Amino acid sequence: MDGAPRQAEVSRLMILDVDLHHQQGGFTLQTRFQSDGRLTALFGPSGSGKTTLVNIIGGLINPDEGHVRVKERVLVDTRQGILVPKHRRRIGYVFQEARLFPHLTVKQNLLFGRWFSPRRERSADFAAIVDLLGIGHLLTRWSSGLSGGERQRVAIGRALLSDPHLLLLDEPLASLDEERKTEIYPYIERLRDEGNVPMVLVSHSVPEIARLATSIVVLNNGQVTASGPASDILRHTKFFPQSGPIEAGALVETRVLRHEEPYGLTVLQAAAGTLTVARLDLPVDAPVRVRLRARDIILSLSPPEGLSALNVLPGLIAAMEEGERGSIDVTLDCGGDSIVASLTRKSVERLGLRPGLPVQAIIKSIAFDREALGSARAGNM
Amino acid sequence: MTEWLSPEEWTAIRLSLKVALVAMAASLIPGIAAAYALERGRFWGRQALDVFVHLPLVLPPVVVGYALLISFGRRGPIGAFLAENFGIVFSFHWTGAALACAIMGFPLLVRAIRLSLETVDRKLEDAAGTLGAHPVWVFCVVTLPLILPGIIAGMVLSFAKAMGEFGATITFVSNIPGETQTIPTAIYTYTQVPGGEGGALRLTLVSVAISIAALWISEWMARRVRRRFLA
Repeated sequence: MDGAPRQAEVSRLMILDVDLHHQQGGFTLQTRFQSDGRLTALFGPSGSGKTTLVNIIGGLINPDEGHVRVKERVLVDTRQGILVPKHRRRIGYVFQEARLFPHLTVKQNLLFGRWFSPRRERSADFAAIVDLLGIGHLLTRWSSGLSGGERQRVAIGRALLSDPHLLLLDEPLASLDEERKTEIYPYIERLRDEGNVPMVLVSHSVPEIARLATSIVVLNNGQVTASGPASDILRHTKFFPQSGPIEAGALVETRVLRHEEPYGLTVLQAAAGTLTVARLDLPVDAPVRVRLRARDIILSLSPPEGLSALNVLPGLIAAMEEGERGSIDVTLDCGGDSIVASLTRKSVERLGLRPGLPVQAIIKSIAFDREALGSARAGNM
Repeated sequence: MTEWLSPEEWTAIRLSLKVALVAMAASLIPGIAAAYALERGRFWGRQALDVFVHLPLVLPPVVVGYALLISFGRRGPIGAFLAENFGIVFSFHWTGAALACAIMGFPLLVRAIRLSLETVDRKLEDAAGTLGAHPVWVFCVVTLPLILPGIIAGMVLSFAKAMGEFGATITFVSNIPGETQTIPTAIYTYTQVPGGEGGALRLTLVSVAISIAALWISEWMARRVRRRFLA
């Protein structure tokens, strides 16, 4: 695996630049990556060092060696002896367990950070954030009476209202059930798309990062095994060994082309063709990010006939590499979009697949699940 | 009411309340500081401080009183220094009774606050730190409100101990009516004279009433705090 981080363009503002060595008991964290993403996902199995890493960024743990820079500001540099204390880092931290102050009301919790931020740097708009997170009706309540989903939304609001330069989200949804998660995803998406605070999201859920991330850092056993734009990383099945090849897939940005009301279908326009999915409650031209899981893609040498699947995209084989457990990841170039199919070695040999060969990618429409329909607002899907 | 209790008895009650309230109030801030240092501090001599704070709990009160007499008395090193430089006199004065009561109640106060500090979720303090609060502010606006029930419990224990303190007080400041005679020492005096049973009984009843009232007030305050937290 490629251990070196990808170098992003120098011209863009680097949001996060981390190079650390930290020993904790028998565990060694040895990470180096940069990210300019609006939402960087730290992905990895439990015990891979994700939480230790965000704790170092947030100032809760002092690393043995290395540096942390957020938006070009040095927070930690052991060589220069710089160690900014956590209360001066301006990094919002949303913890797994919300950590709301039990002796304060929701409103007092939300305004907590504001008491301590320099007056001239207070730009977060209380009304707008309360509105964005949908917590206006909770303001006078005590935090102990809130539901899990409400607590996390208040915790996100509290962190945002301290005017942070970066927002850390440490598996904020891990303790919530699926229904509560889908309640919160749209809020995080709105923050990502409309807010001005870059985020770092710790997660071990592929559907979650596929839906939310713009950049991904894959951690395994304390080391960065890959980092880069979400669409690049998600294509490779080998970066997600713990979840198996079934979870990997390509992200494709599409737009709503039209709705076919009689059939209850929506047609999406991708670069190489159209994709038909179950009716989406979105206006025409709205952007939709879909994830095409590698296991849901069948390759055919000729345009298929007499097939029930509605989605077929033509493409050229761009690359072939060994995937997990003897399978082969075939990357297709479909009019600019990369799509990955995970095939057995036997199929590859039988079809005589090789780079440059034109093929047809067949995608069954049921492959679009709730999670994969990324930027669609939660609603009737 | 005034006819039921003699003027001497009233004086003893008033003095007892004054001594106990002053002892409780004066030991509050040192008590919180000691509890915090013992619970959170990692410094050389923490063990020694722990033992020192708890000494009044295990030593005979007379020993504590005598130690106070030789150190805080008019000829004692600390007593002489305070009297000369600040005009603060402890020996045979009501302030001495308050000092003796404060020291005897101190371990109880510290223990109650410390137990409460132990249960404070440190993660909440971390969260406050990431929101920009300096550690001093974190203590004031997060830790302190969260240990309020423990502080209230400690104050009641300290007050109750002061109301009942006998050995250290009588050894250090003697039993001077109107100056250092508190309810317990007054009861003791009544039991030593013929016909004093009535006064001893009346002061005993007053003592019981004050103790029950203190417990009741603390329960009421603790419940108010809890209700705020869990509402």
